[in-house]
Amino acid sequence: MKPLFSFGPSLTAKLIIFTIISIGLMTIDHRFDSLYPVRSVLSLIVHPMQSFVDLPVKASRWLSENLTTRQQLLKDNRKLRSQQMLQNARLQKLSSLGQENIRLRELLTSASRFKEERVSIAELLSVDLDPYKQQVVISKGDIDGVYVGQPLLDANGVMGQITHVNAVSATALLISDPSHALPVQISRNGMRTLVVGTGKADTLSLRHIPASGDIQNGDIVNTSGLGGRFPPNYPVAQINHIERPPGKPFAIVTAKPFAHLDRSREVLLVWQKSTLATTLASGK
Amino acid sequence: MHHTSSMALTILLSFMAAIALTMVSLPEWAISYRPAWIPLVVIYWTMALPQIMGVGLAWFLGLYMDAAQGTLLGQHAIGYAITAYISIRLHQRIRIHPLSQQTIAVGLMLLPSMSITLWVKGIQGQAPDTWLYWAPIFTSMIVWPWVFLFLRWLRRNAGRSRQI
Repeated sequence: MKPLFSFGPSLTAKLIIFTIISIGLMTIDHRFDSLYPVRSVLSLIVHPMQSFVDLPVKASRWLSENLTTRQQLLKDNRKLRSQQMLQNARLQKLSSLGQENIRLRELLTSASRFKEERVSIAELLSVDLDPYKQQVVISKGDIDGVYVGQPLLDANGVMGQITHVNAVSATALLISDPSHALPVQISRNGMRTLVVGTGKADTLSLRHIPASGDIQNGDIVNTSGLGGRFPPNYPVAQINHIERPPGKPFAIVTAKPFAHLDRSREVLLVWQKSTLATTLASGK
Repeated sequence: MHHTSSMALTILLSFMAAIALTMVSLPEWAISYRPAWIPLVVIYWTMALPQIMGVGLAWFLGLYMDAAQGTLLGQHAIGYAITAYISIRLHQRIRIHPLSQQTIAVGLMLLPSMSITLWVKGIQGQAPDTWLYWAPIFTSMIVWPWVFLFLRWLRRNAGRSRQI
């Protein structure tokens, strides 16, 4: 191999070399997935730092939990018990609705889409990533079975999907990021569209809604399951603004996500067997 | 006068502190105003110890931050490398200036790397559409005097404790 320099490179030469390497890396990282292992290696030294930064927040939360009065704990306990009872009642209904759904689909000779998905809880690390990209770090990783593309929800709705998995942590892209598109369905009339992030935690944009489309303020938007990434029928957002500029073919529609994208501390990871888009009921 | 190993440790610890300050979770309104801690520390050490702190070290630090912040690999790297380059080129001239003029120079030194980062973000389609993107330059200028004084104090005392 021909040596590049006869003696130490000048400062400018160094800068030029590093610039070229950087441009190369950025291009590869932007277009291909090949640098995934590089990130994984770097995460070995990144994750300890992230845990360290998260520690004070975790410690203060632990402290405030342990300093709560017994009275407050009893009260919280009672409230959670009654909430759980109500949820169980709703779940019973959900289970029978699911069965009915399977029977009806069988009648229409359409494949059943009602599947129980495995869910587990993870915590968000109190670490800020790039301020102009909506990402979060969770405290579960490869050893917990987390995989790239896995859906992330919070208690109220869809939050995002995992983009990078390390041994004990993972990074997820939120649905509010402008580079994230989520296939959804309007629950009222089944109209399918895409929900794209705008960079703001409280606004999502619905794409390609024709100006004459049947859409109203207050419509609930759920995942449609198309694309196989997100399981169907999880709540995503509620439409809060529709504009139909005259002369334009598409309406401008925004929605407010149900998930507390900027406030959630605990998130749910959903495991799904790889379901390709199943056949849809005929006669839509 | 300086023990190189304790100096290296001091530099390492100062970077770890800068990284922690860059990663710590801030309330939503404050995020855009976070000072550019790591470039400031890079600027200080390139001025104080250009034989240890060079373009290469800054570049690897940037690569680390790319992994930490979820950005394209090379995005922060090229920014920090450029900042280090400018700082090394100008360090002899900047060192002798009073702190107030240094502060303005530091602000100007952050401009090229931030412009390049903005350009890279634009190519990815993630260009921030707010003027607040430039706010860190001003907040960095505000904290620079303290960063400078604190790191200088650290540097001068790095070898001290060994001599007791």
